[in-house]
Amino acid sequence: MADPIMVAEGLHKSFGDTHALRGLDLSVPRGTVCGVLGPNGAGKTTAVRILATLSDPDAGHARIAGYDVVRDAGQVRARIGLAGQYAAVDDKLTGRGNLRMFGRLYHLSRREAHRRADELLERFGLMDAADRQVAGYSGGMRRRLDLITSLILRPEVLFLDEPTTGLDPRSRGEIWNSVRELVADGTTVLLTTQYLDEADQLADDITVIDQGKVIATGTPDELKATIGDRLDVVLEDPAALPPAATVLNALAGAEPATTGADRLSVALPGGGLRLADIVRALDRAGVAAADVRLRRPTLDEVFLRLTDRKESVR
Amino acid sequence: MTTLSPPLTRHLRWTFTDGLTLVGRELGRLRHDPGELIAALIFPAVMVVLFGYVFGSAIQVPGGDYREYLMPGLFSMVTFSAWLGVMTRTATDASRGVMDRFRSMPMARLAVPFGQTGADLLTGLLMLAIMVGAGLLVGWQPHLGLIPTAQAFLLMIVLRYALSWVGVYVGLAVKNEQVADAMVPLGLPFTMLSNAFVPTGGMPGWLRFLADWNPVSALTAASRELFGNPGAPSGNLAWPLAHPVAAVLLWSAALLAVFVPLSLRAYTRRGR
Repeated sequence: MADPIMVAEGLHKSFGDTHALRGLDLSVPRGTVCGVLGPNGAGKTTAVRILATLSDPDAGHARIAGYDVVRDAGQVRARIGLAGQYAAVDDKLTGRGNLRMFGRLYHLSRREAHRRADELLERFGLMDAADRQVAGYSGGMRRRLDLITSLILRPEVLFLDEPTTGLDPRSRGEIWNSVRELVADGTTVLLTTQYLDEADQLADDITVIDQGKVIATGTPDELKATIGDRLDVVLEDPAALPPAATVLNALAGAEPATTGADRLSVALPGGGLRLADIVRALDRAGVAAADVRLRRPTLDEVFLRLTDRKESVR
Repeated sequence: MTTLSPPLTRHLRWTFTDGLTLVGRELGRLRHDPGELIAALIFPAVMVVLFGYVFGSAIQVPGGDYREYLMPGLFSMVTFSAWLGVMTRTATDASRGVMDRFRSMPMARLAVPFGQTGADLLTGLLMLAIMVGAGLLVGWQPHLGLIPTAQAFLLMIVLRYALSWVGVYVGLAVKNEQVADAMVPLGLPFTMLSNAFVPTGGMPGWLRFLADWNPVSALTAASRELFGNPGAPSGNLAWPLAHPVAAVLLWSAALLAVFVPLSLRAYTRRGR
């Protein structure tokens, strides 16, 4: 990876007996979106807090734009933006008032802070609500205000810690569009999320962490390729589930998951199986299939496999 | 954005300007939420009327009118409300993530607690002004001239400022606005357990000991003395009541000496 703007090496962090991070490594090239995935408690938020200078690692170090996050925290802070899962804006102020206040706290001149506030409100579609108190904003508007507040200084690196948790699909789409625009402008984004389709949509590279360590990295496609294609079968008669499962087990060499009263899903070994062979095998066993489909795995399935959980039941 | 002035001067200037920005923030909040401001301002006036006439109708104090006796107590009560407000606001910022945003920004570390306590000082002055107005209306007045009167208000302000740092520390320690809200009613018994509304002479010994050493009592006694209001205690007095002005100053110094460093440490090290 050429020119990583953000590098973490061997980060360790414990809270009492809990080891939140156990040697986390990370390298994010400039101008890309790095999606950090992991089950709850995997250490995602701890990692973000260390990189954003809110927390010190027990061991290991991290640099952003060449500055150490502990020793040169001031330099790092001038180059990052942080938008969290909580809307970290002042409810009692208006949207414009928040942006102006944070602009002043970023040491912009009064005039510059006002200009920048208007520019951001305009660009991210909040101008109509600019003079309303944030307490009256919808969840999506609030999250967008939180996001643009972290853009006041045009950060080189933006941390988005679960930016769309709890939002409706439309608001999520709006946040996604905003993130895409930022990346087009050259901002590097570190995104943690529980929604894997969000990572699929936005991330160039994905780092899966579990129990404080990186367990997989790659592009979404690379990660999907590691677990092979999926086969979904819908039966005409639910009673045929057991014989169908036997057939699929023989074909795939793995126990298929029951994903509904009349449907099964199984991961296929890399290559070699054609749809026609599968249909024929089912036919021979006297199983009538309403639908047989080969598809790429979703990131959910990759994630569940990697983090060693049970197959997703959809 | 980053200027090239030497780090120390820049740091001091940022502490000051960022602190002012945060004072402005509190004022902005009040402007957008006038209900809160009005409630905060009406409260002391209601107290004057309520206590002055309800208690005043039944309680006799030696050497004068109960409302004259009461006003210094109410001034103390308002002074001691400072830490509750600051605590609630600090805990709210901490739990909502606003504090984390501040800490991830290249702003002066000390500006946040200084801004918060500074803003409270302005609110406090406004509340005192309302109280003075209400007091004058019900017949209270300072009797000893300008200098002692000014000294009394100065004592209230100094102690209020020191108390607001207690609020910053407790707010950072609880980190949770619900817990902070739940703690607010605890302020009332603390003020009641003093000489603010009734003389402590008639209390049982252990209770009287607590009340006499309560800083609320010291401030109340000091303002009674400086305003020339009735109720100056006599006889064998606990030290803070015999030397109320010194006691208030010592309390303030002690609170600042303990809670400023604690708060700053809690702020810079929060979540580390």
